[in-house]
Amino acid sequence: MTYLAKPKFHHPGLPKNELGYTHRDYEGTVSTLCAGCGHDSITGAIIQACFELAIEPHRVAKISGIGCSSKTPTYFLGNSHGFNSVHGRMPSVLTGANLANRDLIYLGVSGDGDSASIGLGQFAHCLRRGVNMTYIVENNGVYGLTKGQFSATADRGSKSKRGVTNTDNSIDMVAMALQLGATFVARSFSGDKEQLVPIIKAAIAHQGAAFIDVISPCVAFNNHLGSTKSFDFVREHNEAVNRLDFISTRMPIGLQQEPGTVEIVEQHDGSKLALRKLDADYEVHDRAAALGFLQHHAAKGQIVTGLLFVEKEAQDLHAHLGTVEAPLNKLEVKELCPGSAVLDQINAGLR
Amino acid sequence: MPTAAPLSRINDFVVRFANVNGSGSASANEMFARAIMRMGIPVAPRNIFPSNIQGLPTWYEVRVSEDGHLGARGGTDLMVAMNPQTFDKDIATIEPGGYLLYDSTKPYPASKFRDDITVIGVPLTAICNREYTDPRQRQLFKNIIYIGVLTALIDMDVAVVETLIAEQYKGKDKLIAPNVKALHIGRDYAILNLAHPIGLKLHQADKVGDKIFVEGNSAAALGAVYGGATVCAWYPITPSSSLADAFTKHCAKLRVDPVTKKAKYAIVQAEDELASIGMVIGAAWNGARSFTATSGPGISLMQEFIGLAYFAEIPAVIFNVQRAGPSTGMPTRTQQCDLISCAYASHGDTKHIMVFPENPAEAFEMGAQAFDLADRLQTPVFVMLDLEIGMNHHLTRPFTWDDTKVYDRGKVMTYEDLEAGKDFGRYLDVDGDGIPYRTYPGTHPTKGSFFTRGTSRDRYAKYTEEGAPYVDNMQRLLRKFETAKDIVPKPLIANAAKPTKYGVLYFGSTAPAMDEAIHMIEGRGHTIDRMRLRGFPFHSSVNSFVADHDFIFVVEQNRDAQMRSLIVNECGIDPVRLVPILHFDGTPITARFIAKAIGDHLDQMTMKPAKVAS
Repeated sequence: MTYLAKPKFHHPGLPKNELGYTHRDYEGTVSTLCAGCGHDSITGAIIQACFELAIEPHRVAKISGIGCSSKTPTYFLGNSHGFNSVHGRMPSVLTGANLANRDLIYLGVSGDGDSASIGLGQFAHCLRRGVNMTYIVENNGVYGLTKGQFSATADRGSKSKRGVTNTDNSIDMVAMALQLGATFVARSFSGDKEQLVPIIKAAIAHQGAAFIDVISPCVAFNNHLGSTKSFDFVREHNEAVNRLDFISTRMPIGLQQEPGTVEIVEQHDGSKLALRKLDADYEVHDRAAALGFLQHHAAKGQIVTGLLFVEKEAQDLHAHLGTVEAPLNKLEVKELCPGSAVLDQINAGLR
Repeated sequence: MPTAAPLSRINDFVVRFANVNGSGSASANEMFARAIMRMGIPVAPRNIFPSNIQGLPTWYEVRVSEDGHLGARGGTDLMVAMNPQTFDKDIATIEPGGYLLYDSTKPYPASKFRDDITVIGVPLTAICNREYTDPRQRQLFKNIIYIGVLTALIDMDVAVVETLIAEQYKGKDKLIAPNVKALHIGRDYAILNLAHPIGLKLHQADKVGDKIFVEGNSAAALGAVYGGATVCAWYPITPSSSLADAFTKHCAKLRVDPVTKKAKYAIVQAEDELASIGMVIGAAWNGARSFTATSGPGISLMQEFIGLAYFAEIPAVIFNVQRAGPSTGMPTRTQQCDLISCAYASHGDTKHIMVFPENPAEAFEMGAQAFDLADRLQTPVFVMLDLEIGMNHHLTRPFTWDDTKVYDRGKVMTYEDLEAGKDFGRYLDVDGDGIPYRTYPGTHPTKGSFFTRGTSRDRYAKYTEEGAPYVDNMQRLLRKFETAKDIVPKPLIANAAKPTKYGVLYFGSTAPAMDEAIHMIEGRGHTIDRMRLRGFPFHSSVNSFVADHDFIFVVEQNRDAQMRSLIVNECGIDPVRLVPILHFDGTPITARFIAKAIGDHLDQMTMKPAKVAS
């Protein structure tokens, strides 16, 4: 029913968060994606995460590229500024925006067509710079808007809806993110909101480059037998290494901890991640081991999900550049312009 | 004795140094030019260098002109030929009656020389080998030794050079004495062994005044500092890299918080030009003044983003230090060849703002002003420099700044405006000037947010593919471009002493050559009015200037008469009335070239048919 405007009516009994906002205050306009699209579930997870974190909606800047996934920022956080930029270039626009105002929360939304092909360079470089952001790739292995061509994350040997077999190797963006130095790396599944929502919350709280690859089946073009990005395939091959509970700085830790099974990871902002290990061997702070684990399981056709890597003492680009605490876009002429007396000295030095 | 009379001139000649790239000659040659300036004599040096780190030929030309003619002149009066690779060609460029200084360690056959020049041999290599054992020292001091020789040959004040050496090596004081010694080795050799001074001589003068000596890229970067730029994203490309380097250097001195030692700026060397312009646009969207510096190939790469910034109305400042294209072209040679690729950058109907500084002083002013223009007009602004302005030292009027000036941040709705209930439509033309209001992200919890996109939208930023709102928006963008005509720097007119039917339009680095050429054209008995273009879109005075003359010469440094095309296109002028004068071999345009091209044309126009006897 995409042609119908959303009703403005709120049920008076809707639960409110600490700021007094309801779930509805974090929504955007009605989605124009296909009914059942995995991307809409991710939109729902983002709304849920922001509601639960009690973020002021206008303190988020949501930035995307071009494609189905990049359309979704219209469907959440209607009171945030959004920027639907050009294909594959969300990372550079987000980097610039972040440099201008370090006080906002940056949410980058992209797809596999956007980030794994034309945008692969920008994907790589924003991660290696450590831009403080949450970078979500809504990964369906296919170009939806142009009617079902393979994307670069489609697995070799998988079949398109028209029956064509993909002969190219796939790009694993999680493996790349690990290699490139992202300080928070996770993979999840749009069909598993319980896993996804806390991961998004933890990523938003993370003060560095957080990357989340979300497998998100395309119901129109990539949900058939022979696809490795279909709901059925992902459910069957999902190998979750851990489950996460996010504990914000404002919440007391009330979890029952079973020794040996729950690890508490404290992030730079004071928030805590309670990690329940599902795979006893998995070590979430070991970048090299994570890479090996991923490749080992990928060879067996398994899709590893969960929080795959987190660096406790993450640093961001502003720390690397040594910028002032005040957002650069708030600085006025008196703080920026050295004035005529200094200019006279400069002139004198040029004679 | 040479067959042509040896040139005899005071404070008016051209010295050209032919060197090997990477041999350390640049700093010695620059010191030579600076010494002339310190003697109160206007000087214009030009570095003519290859796209290479070591080994290829490089030249450094120094024009000395007490009259203050600082454009390239053409020709060489004194050649300092230090590069055997180019020896023959270098000798061929010497003006009849000119002088050659060469390293005579290895004897050359007489056939290598010309009989209409004065040949001066100094065994530089032999002197160096005698004085120094370290091969690197032999090379570096050779440069200072030939400067020492020159001080004697052209009567340069040696104390001035000694002062410059002391200034250059301040902090590395151990290097001062050996350099001064090398200087005197050369000077003493010349005094003992050579006829000196030669016909080309320097006399102390007072024609420099308070002028400064600076490169355009450094000046433009300083303009960006004064103009309030806080974000710079760039990718290395000749000839623009030194602009970003200069911004980095200026910021480290001028923009660090004295207490916290934190930076009030952010500079990112991006992975490519696509990312650099993306960062600039992201930062400007978020309310910071941001810029990139690039050259033609970078502009080609940025096209898509520039179209987005035009259509989504995001400020961006792009310093384009132009070099000879197309493609990689001649990366270390100058041209004004990106006018059309900037004016109409990106697919679809687009038009962009350009400013054309003539020298470093204007590069500073326009470099600062560009940020006001971009914020006011919410659109990309190109500062059209070129290699000639950007990478050479120019003697230019000092920089000035008005301390009462505040930045024009354009139409930005604040929290208070939104609270007061002002209607916010991101693409709503409230004031009739085509410029809408914007809000910065994070301004207000419930009001003023909008979605920025490259797709079509209505006045309230809502996505639409309907024809009427699309046309409405595109027409408003044209109205905004009309508004820009009165905001960009206006053209400057210099009328001839008496009325004339002829005019000339020019811009940017052509200015000093044009100013000099006008005297030469007048010397041929022609009068001509001048207009120097400084901004695009064109001010209405450009139309009237063309209307007031029968023919207009349009002087530019590209093959395709790009500025002429813009004038024809934007002002609706009959192309027949615009005569192109084009210089595009990669060297800076000269007064001699302009005077000959325009002079010859005017000779033909004013030629009277011969009277036929009845």
